[in-house]
Amino acid sequence: MPTRILIPTPLRVYAGKQDVIEVEGSTVGELLANMTAEYTELRKHLYNEDGRLRAFVAIFVNDDDIRFLEKEATPVKEGDTVSIIPTVAGGGGL
Amino acid sequence: MTTATTDRALTNEEVARYSRHLIMPEVGMDGQLKLKAASVLCIGAGGLGSPVAMYLAAAGVGRIGIVDFDVVDYSNLQRQIIHGTPDVGRPKLESARDSLAAINPEVDIETHDLALSSANALDVFHEYDVIVDGTDNFPTRYLVNDACVLLGKPNCYGSIFRFEGQASVFGAPGGPCYRCLYPEPPPPGLVPSCAEGGVLGILPGVVGTIQATEAVKLIIGAGEPLIGRFLIYDALRMRFRELKLRKDPECPVCGDNRTVTELIDYDQFCGVAPAAAPTADAPPPSDDATVEQLKARLDSRDEPFILDVREPQEYQICNIPGSTLIPLGELPSRLHELEGRGEMIVHCKSGARSAKAVKLLREAGFGQAKNLRGGILRWIDVVDPTLPKY
Repeated sequence: MPTRILIPTPLRVYAGKQDVIEVEGSTVGELLANMTAEYTELRKHLYNEDGRLRAFVAIFVNDDDIRFLEKEATPVKEGDTVSIIPTVAGGGGL
Repeated sequence: MTTATTDRALTNEEVARYSRHLIMPEVGMDGQLKLKAASVLCIGAGGLGSPVAMYLAAAGVGRIGIVDFDVVDYSNLQRQIIHGTPDVGRPKLESARDSLAAINPEVDIETHDLALSSANALDVFHEYDVIVDGTDNFPTRYLVNDACVLLGKPNCYGSIFRFEGQASVFGAPGGPCYRCLYPEPPPPGLVPSCAEGGVLGILPGVVGTIQATEAVKLIIGAGEPLIGRFLIYDALRMRFRELKLRKDPECPVCGDNRTVTELIDYDQFCGVAPAAAPTADAPPPSDDATVEQLKARLDSRDEPFILDVREPQEYQICNIPGSTLIPLGELPSRLHELEGRGEMIVHCKSGARSAKAVKLLREAGFGQAKNLRGGILRWIDVVDPTLPKY
């Protein structure tokens, strides 16, 4: 049963211009691994050189930040929505 | 939070002006007096700062400070509604002051003509009750967050990109701060700015009014503040979502064992070289091509292959005759279209994306790829001023 991952605007260019990607997996880590296997350009935007999730990209399962759940081992079940929320700095100032 | 000085009554003119507030129980005379006694600092008089400052002035916030050091440009007018066409070329602070005074002459406007830094932020913030962050870069975002946490002042946060906005209230007592959500900034260049990615002109209007709403609620103590909640707005789908934010016990600024107890060097923290960035006038690295050289080549019919790595929308605005468009994001998957090309002059708007493209091309074996220094903006300045700049 695939889980929906919501792709934020700045990363859609690396995800075939899609705003939602459906992938299989039972934990957040599995979902992201399966997604980046298909969309390889996304990988460097989500993970650093050591393979750790980047500190300026927050991952939520439904309403909750996975850093306060079980991080990448956080289980996902049918009907859950995973959101990638990267930091943006824009203030429309320039 | 500020308490109303109840001995300071409203004048008859003020009662008339604020009557739609005064008749609501949630604001009333007490709330309006709290607003009058309150002070709010807007960081930036740009896209977000415009509606924030205008609505706070209209609402009767007694003292509004604005930090900015920029000048109004034509490209600001699509969204920065505190400035008008006659203001182009004026300092934003002057233009903003005039607009706010026209909206509500009762409000004290304080202008801070400075680039916010670790050296001045605490002194400036100290004079205000609420801080509203409408900046457009990561070093200032972290600086504003840390200064607010250190001083115990709430930060009405808003951020925008293309069609998406984010808002929250950080640094309020007991609530999370920006670093609880994003402990570290992205490396420079990985996250595009509005100047690079564009922004829907109306978007800062929506996000800025949310920030202003939160500032007013904090001042009058009404409703549920956006503390511990992250609001995400998608203008294209017209959808609001809310995520839960938690205070991170390990946060270096507001956690149990905090390590940041004074302001740090935020340019260094964000990996940004402080000031003195090379300009288009600086002598080019020997490998780069200049627009003068390109023009001479085109004139002598010794035409090199010109690769434009901007987006199609940008190409439509202006382009160098004979250039081939492959957006930077598509370049890795379209390298085969360049096979057999020897020398290539690669350009973008001002040279940053094309520098990445040249690096990528050289790593892929295209050893004769050269960056056009200063991009098409430099081309327009030097070679063809009839083209529009954007």
